[in-house]
Amino acid sequence: MKQLVMLGAGTAGTMMANHLARRLDEREWALTIVDEHSTHYYQPGFLFIPFGSYDEKDVSRPKAAFIPKGVRYLQEGIDRIDPEGREVILGAGGRLPYDILIIATGTKIVPGETEGMLGDAWRRDIFDFYTIEGAVALRERLSRWEGGRLIVHLNEMPVKCPVAPLEFTLLAEAFCTKRGVRDRTEIRYLSPLSEPFTKHNCAVVLGDMLDRKRIDFVADFQCERIDAERRKLVSYDGREIEYDLLATIPTNMGDACIARSGLGDDLNFVPTHKHTLQSKEHDNIFAVGDATDLPSSKAGSVAHFQAETLAENIERFIEGKELLDGFDGHANCFIESGHGKAFLIDFNYDVEPLEGSFPMPVIGPFKLLKQTRLNHLGKLAFRWMYWNVLLKGIPMPGVSSNMSMAGKKAAR
Amino acid sequence: MPTAEIAGVTVDVNEEGYMTDPAQWTRAIGEAIAAELGITMTDAHWAVIEFLQKDYAEKGVMPTIRRVKNAGGIPTKELYALFPDGPLKKASKIAGLPKPSSCI
Repeated sequence: MKQLVMLGAGTAGTMMANHLARRLDEREWALTIVDEHSTHYYQPGFLFIPFGSYDEKDVSRPKAAFIPKGVRYLQEGIDRIDPEGREVILGAGGRLPYDILIIATGTKIVPGETEGMLGDAWRRDIFDFYTIEGAVALRERLSRWEGGRLIVHLNEMPVKCPVAPLEFTLLAEAFCTKRGVRDRTEIRYLSPLSEPFTKHNCAVVLGDMLDRKRIDFVADFQCERIDAERRKLVSYDGREIEYDLLATIPTNMGDACIARSGLGDDLNFVPTHKHTLQSKEHDNIFAVGDATDLPSSKAGSVAHFQAETLAENIERFIEGKELLDGFDGHANCFIESGHGKAFLIDFNYDVEPLEGSFPMPVIGPFKLLKQTRLNHLGKLAFRWMYWNVLLKGIPMPGVSSNMSMAGKKAAR
Repeated sequence: MPTAEIAGVTVDVNEEGYMTDPAQWTRAIGEAIAAELGITMTDAHWAVIEFLQKDYAEKGVMPTIRRVKNAGGIPTKELYALFPDGPLKKASKIAGLPKPSSCI
């Protein structure tokens, strides 16, 4: 029996388990997935928790419920990968030999990378919303919010879901308005980038929106340290920004087991071929989802599109065929903008987000790069899609894994 | 493609003035671009430029500030002191390399 091992049963790993359980011959291949955690979180839902519109049970399911029959699920930590010995060394010391390895260990926030972020003020004045614990702690703090300086801070790129910091900012604005404390709240969004978003077309539209909502965008803010006692952020170029509540997106890094294995870059992301998902260093190792160093967005929709290419490539690799250059960087993201509206953007490695409409049977078409109520409903419907369609590796109706130009207006 | 005359030599540049062919770069050109940006080059400046060029040649992508610190051994505070206001953008321009993109 040949061994295929998948590391990480998050969004990308779970999708791969479902794809491969269907595609590979169970008489020849034994499939194993390793993840130390037992709860699968619908991470896009973390965004809504601080504002009280979702709670913990809306975003949690047992991981085991999404691992298909025929795939062995090992709930254990991972110490390291030994690529020469072709085995995974588990946290408890067990060894798991593999013929093919798929790394889907994702990305995590590492607040300790910024001086002063962790400490007494962590989850008292300084919060993240990229973990369930952070989102819940922030909800408690916001439930007592009576105004002051609310700072949203993006520490370093890349981060999981690059639209989330802006969505959070816009939702915070709507939250303060609804609560009747908007006039007493100063909202600023700090970013190391020169524009509010990584894609220029989108940055223009969103930047305009920030202006209209009286949100101050602070560009090129490279945070050197946080002075938690005086409640201020200090940048490398000497700027100081004071806060009463800091919602930060700390540095995101790949799993520490990647560093222990010597398989990562400076942020523990696995150098990966951007069209095939094969590791650049080892032919029998593949990476998918947030764990890669690909210049595509770290997001569930992207993992979904990558998984379709990777499933095909695992079969081709087994058959000794040339790998398919299938993944084009496709991302498809709803951007919540508050007050019951949202944007939708669709782009890939080569095409920036464009205006137009996004065809989708029955419920669509959605407007691209425009704020609409239907897009917001699309975002809410996405949670159902995530649990029932996406994780199972079933193609999303009307959404192809390669980006389509249908409905898009040419760039001006 | 636009060109520019820098230090008496005609070189290919993009619309933002970043050189597009690393082979056309010389130290004199680097010095001239730095002067235009108001920077007087010292050994410490050249150490940054040399790291960027070496790393770009090896990896094919522009290093990040984190990588300049980790692999290049240049503390971020020092990088900002040497090239104030957007150190990587300025240093890569002087080095004749593409503008660093934060992509994604």
